[in-house]
Amino acid sequence: MNKILLGLFLGALLGAIDGASAWFTPAVRNQMAGIIIGSTIKGLIAGVAAGIFARKVNSVPLGILFGLGVGFVLAFVVAYVQHGYYFEIILPGSIVGMIVGYATQRYGMTPAPAR
Amino acid sequence: MKFLSDKALTRLRDGAELPDLAGTRYRLLGQIARGGMGVVYAAQDETLQRRVALKVLEVPGDQSELADRLIREARVLALLEHPGIVPVHDVGTLADGRVFYTMKFVEGQRLDQYIASVASIPDRLRIFLRICEAVAFAHARAVLHRDLKPSNVMVGPFGEVLVMDWGLAKILACAGESPPDDAAATVWQTKPTLTPGDRPTEISAITGHGTIMGTPGYMSPEQTRGDIAALDIRSDIFSLGAVLRFLLTRTPANSQADTARMDRSLEAICAKAAAPDPAQRYQIVQELALDVSRYLDGLAVAAHRESLLEKSLRFYRRYRFFILLILAYLVMRMLLLIFLQR
Repeated sequence: MNKILLGLFLGALLGAIDGASAWFTPAVRNQMAGIIIGSTIKGLIAGVAAGIFARKVNSVPLGILFGLGVGFVLAFVVAYVQHGYYFEIILPGSIVGMIVGYATQRYGMTPAPAR
Repeated sequence: MKFLSDKALTRLRDGAELPDLAGTRYRLLGQIARGGMGVVYAAQDETLQRRVALKVLEVPGDQSELADRLIREARVLALLEHPGIVPVHDVGTLADGRVFYTMKFVEGQRLDQYIASVASIPDRLRIFLRICEAVAFAHARAVLHRDLKPSNVMVGPFGEVLVMDWGLAKILACAGESPPDDAAATVWQTKPTLTPGDRPTEISAITGHGTIMGTPGYMSPEQTRGDIAALDIRSDIFSLGAVLRFLLTRTPANSQADTARMDRSLEAICAKAAAPDPAQRYQIVQELALDVSRYLDGLAVAAHRESLLEKSLRFYRRYRFFILLILAYLVMRMLLLIFLQR
């Protein structure tokens, strides 16, 4: 599996889990579908970005930092649009970004350079 | 009248056995090893100013069959230019009529001694893969080693792995090819390279049917029987299986190895490589090496059909850190939810 595909898959999975955890917040249970879809898309974008970054830069610390940054920015945008739940959205979103950043650096194949 | 002491006699006998290097460019430094066919000495190449290993027949005199064997061994080595095979430098005859050849002087340890200092299984498997590479190369050149064992592998100071002692090596011919006119000339300088799909068949007439050559425990059953006609590359694969088992258990092949703690996949690889029936073994060395590589990469091996539990365990072992990371994330998420609910 290449790094971008790995980031895509992992970002979507963790994003979906992240979104599904909103079920534990009764006030937003009626918006579950939208939250899960939004969170999954957020994870997808973070995953693809981390995958592309991992193909260009081979450094685990930088990969984690990049994932953290992308996760933070995306989560902040979502929280800003939601007008609330900043802490509940930004913290897990940033951690998902970090995990995806780490995973894409550590795993997944880089295509051989073209001759 | 004075009698010589036993010590003096031994010294005299050793002196008489020492090869006479007069007229050659080599200066004798000392004995390294003694084998069934010859003795290996350390010598200084005075022309190139380097140390070499000089293999010479053990005793002077008319030893034409042994001399032929030694020359053939040198020719086999010359045929096998590979980083994993000790290179031959020179071949000739000494003033006392003994045939010799010189090869690279390898400083290092024999694998059976070296392995005691290698604790990690992956490291031992990586050494094994290097042996496989050299043997696969020899097979591609239609050469059968026939005496693969840990003491015939040297590990150099920089980790280089060299397959030694090709004295029992045999040149094979590709299936469909006619044998050479001179059946004794088992070394073909123009031997075509075999592809992994081609399995050479035995044609050499040098070793007669019924002759047993090799090392017990590392010899294949067909080799033990002296069934020369049945020998092919799968015989070396059997020996490689025995070497692999030794590397994993650090127990000599002819003694009872403790395989209780050996991973099932590795045990299956050993069992398949050293199967009594050649048809049940890996058919080429590359297949064996591929299975070992797959094991190292945390993938399923062809020699062993895994249960669901084994598959899950292998998956967990391969992605352990990653799985723990996700679990840690989920625990953190749960804790966060509990904290926010309050």
